Amino acid sequence: MIPELGHLLLYFALGAALLQAVLPLIGAHRERRDWMLLARPLSWAQGALVLAAFVALSASFVRNDFSVLYVASNSNSGLPLFYRLAAVWGGHEGSLLLWVLMLSVWTVAVARFSHKLPLTFAARILGVMGLVSVGFLLFMLLTSNPFDRLLPAAADGRDLNPLLQDPGMVIHPPMLYMGYVGFSVAFAFAIAALLGGNLDAAWARWTRPWTTAAWVFLTFGIGLGSWWAYNELGWGGWWFWDPVENASFMPWLAGTALIHSLAVSEKRGGFKVWTVWLAIMAFSLSLLGTFLVRSGVLSSVHAFATDPKRGLFILAFLVITIGGSLLLFAWRAPKVGLGQRFGLLSRESLLLVNNMMLAVATGAVLLGTLYPLFLDALGMGKISVGPPYFDTVFGLLMAPLVLVMGIGPLTRWKHDEGGPLARRLALPLVAAVIAALIVGFAAGRISLVTTGGLTMAFWIVFSLLVDLKPRLLPAGGSAGQILHRARLIPVAMWGMMLAHFGVAAFSFGVAMVKTYETEKDVKMGPGDSTEVAGYVFKMNGFQEVQGPNYVAMQGQLEVSRDGQTIAVLRPQKRIYRVQQNPMTEAGVHSNAWRDLYVSMGEQLPGGDWVVRLQYKPFITWIWGGCLLMMAGGVLAIADRRYRVRSGATVSRAAGVEAAA
Amino acid sequence: MSWRYLVPLALFLVLAGFLGFGLNLNPREVPSPLIDKPAPAFRAKLLADPAKTIAKEDLAGKAWILNVWASWCAPCREEHPLWVAYARQSPVPIYGLNYKDQTKAGQAWLQQLGNPYAESLTDPDGRIGIDYGVYGVPETFVIDRAGVIRYKHIGPITADVLRDKIDPLVKRLNASV
Repeated sequence: MIPELGHLLLYFALGAALLQAVLPLIGAHRERRDWMLLARPLSWAQGALVLAAFVALSASFVRNDFSVLYVASNSNSGLPLFYRLAAVWGGHEGSLLLWVLMLSVWTVAVARFSHKLPLTFAARILGVMGLVSVGFLLFMLLTSNPFDRLLPAAADGRDLNPLLQDPGMVIHPPMLYMGYVGFSVAFAFAIAALLGGNLDAAWARWTRPWTTAAWVFLTFGIGLGSWWAYNELGWGGWWFWDPVENASFMPWLAGTALIHSLAVSEKRGGFKVWTVWLAIMAFSLSLLGTFLVRSGVLSSVHAFATDPKRGLFILAFLVITIGGSLLLFAWRAPKVGLGQRFGLLSRESLLLVNNMMLAVATGAVLLGTLYPLFLDALGMGKISVGPPYFDTVFGLLMAPLVLVMGIGPLTRWKHDEGGPLARRLALPLVAAVIAALIVGFAAGRISLVTTGGLTMAFWIVFSLLVDLKPRLLPAGGSAGQILHRARLIPVAMWGMMLAHFGVAAFSFGVAMVKTYETEKDVKMGPGDSTEVAGYVFKMNGFQEVQGPNYVAMQGQLEVSRDGQTIAVLRPQKRIYRVQQNPMTEAGVHSNAWRDLYVSMGEQLPGGDWVVRLQYKPFITWIWGGCLLMMAGGVLAIADRRYRVRSGATVSRAAGVEAAA
Repeated sequence: MSWRYLVPLALFLVLAGFLGFGLNLNPREVPSPLIDKPAPAFRAKLLADPAKTIAKEDLAGKAWILNVWASWCAPCREEHPLWVAYARQSPVPIYGLNYKDQTKAGQAWLQQLGNPYAESLTDPDGRIGIDYGVYGVPETFVIDRAGVIRYKHIGPITADVLRDKIDPLVKRLNASV
């Protein structure tokens, strides 16, 4: 009964979404206030219906109802309850339901927090979000119903993919979807602005925290995925430029550009066309990611079981949504206008460089991801594009971006003088190069790439300090007032600085790992020991370990340095009982300076194992950098300016010079 | 409407065209460079009796199928019943290559699930696998009487592949003198 009820609820949700899409949009067009007012209650209704359907599917998992095909394919009675709940989004159909649920969470949040917006504008935003929801609900109901029955019922389920049986993997998809779907708010905002033919600074201000929130979720999702891959896949890598990773990275890049573009639209009333275009891009790339993962067009470790019918449906959906938006863009964007003029050297022009570099980087990732498909479609052979292309192209594109990242925050809006700016920035630039060389020297090897990467990291930090110093300690100011002055700096500006520090930490980590990591694959039996980067790894022995639904061979290695024992690592090779897939659980000892990483390879005849030992300097800084970026985003959202001022005062904001 | 603003739409439509075309392509289908080349030579111990060995030359003169499998490989378990069924009607012998496996585990697996193989060769360190360009297990090769690889399938075979590709090919190879 419950699955049928869930199925029915999805139909009701589709009905509510249709009404939510059509009535407010027509109402806004005809200036029918009563129709526009329906947008909010309909959003709530749709949200409640989708939530109820989601609960229905979860219930089938909790109750081990293997007469539901999706449950039988993704769960097992031996699976712990926690993972049975996570299995709800462990496959294609359920993760689609999660997608729709996230969309309704955002929709309801918009309905709740949009009272300061003009009714027409809010109605259009909710209407567009309703349209997106209609598309996904139709997709689910027509091609991917999670409530399909399996008759006769299976005796037991085929179990959740062992790759997904990890706490990190449980929250990775929801966070990622929150990010993807969160960009739908900015997208709906852009479409509403195009429909209305007007992009007001006040509306840009309203969109900023939403976009930043989506970006924070996406950052978290991507960072978590990377951290998980590092710990679970046993290769010791943290980013593989896999098509699906790229699919999540492209909206992130576009979203990052959008955040910066929105700053200009809000503060200076400029970059309006850019802002609208980037908002459309960020969400379109999220949709494209969905297509790539679910259509089987590219081969990837993430790909879901594929079905050409599904691919065709999403493609049609993409063409309607993205094609329609871009058509609307071509038609209406000239009306939105370009906004205020600015000088060749100004914060606007540097942010323009930022937008362009991020857009080009997105394009480069897109090209690399789809290049194999292009060639294949043109009959020019099968190739794959790997890390060497991405590392090189992306690294080169990041250099100018980081350069302007250091200059931008110190530059005035509208117009600035080159001379004084250059004098302020000469010192941090020189200091950054010197610091990079010192680090290279201390690590024992100086290379061009590392020095470049490290210079970028130090440059960001030093230029931020140059920016911060006169604010905290102006000429003639006393040191005792630093705290007081720090409080005068807007919270959003602290957020910006923190996020930029995050980029610095990230670049530092990447440069250090890329250059100074060492690894060794060795055959080890009980009693064997070997040395990597000054650490002695001694294999104490192997033992079999029983998990709730797997058996594992666990090695025990004692790590010591200069005779002192530092850690005992227990890497595992697990075999999950139902699917019989081997999984690697790396043994990692981490601190702020380095990770020691051990993973079990394969067992050799005779009982010894091939063990991979790795020394990874500063790798945790990569994820630490992501956390800093997220914290910066959270601070930016927390800025009171987004909540205190309401409609009347906000419309003046375009002309107001502000600090951040 | 300014034409400049239509550029994104035009680019997107080109992209969508490629994506639509891509739906009909299979990215996993990688043509093996070994097709129509002589199968690499080997000499391997038999799984059933490690004291005996078999070499590529011993199999010359007759077409044969080489199926790479391992007891630790889940997709092998999936395709295995197809081989067990096909072995009863196959016009050519099916040889197994027990890839990076332990002899005991391999023997037990065949005992439990049935043995479709004329013989299984062992490749404990994966050296033969490297010569044959094995990168995922299971993989299946069809080799003709002259010892040339004529067909390769990566991943578990399906009833369709067996019926439409492998079976007609081995019948043809077996018939031609």
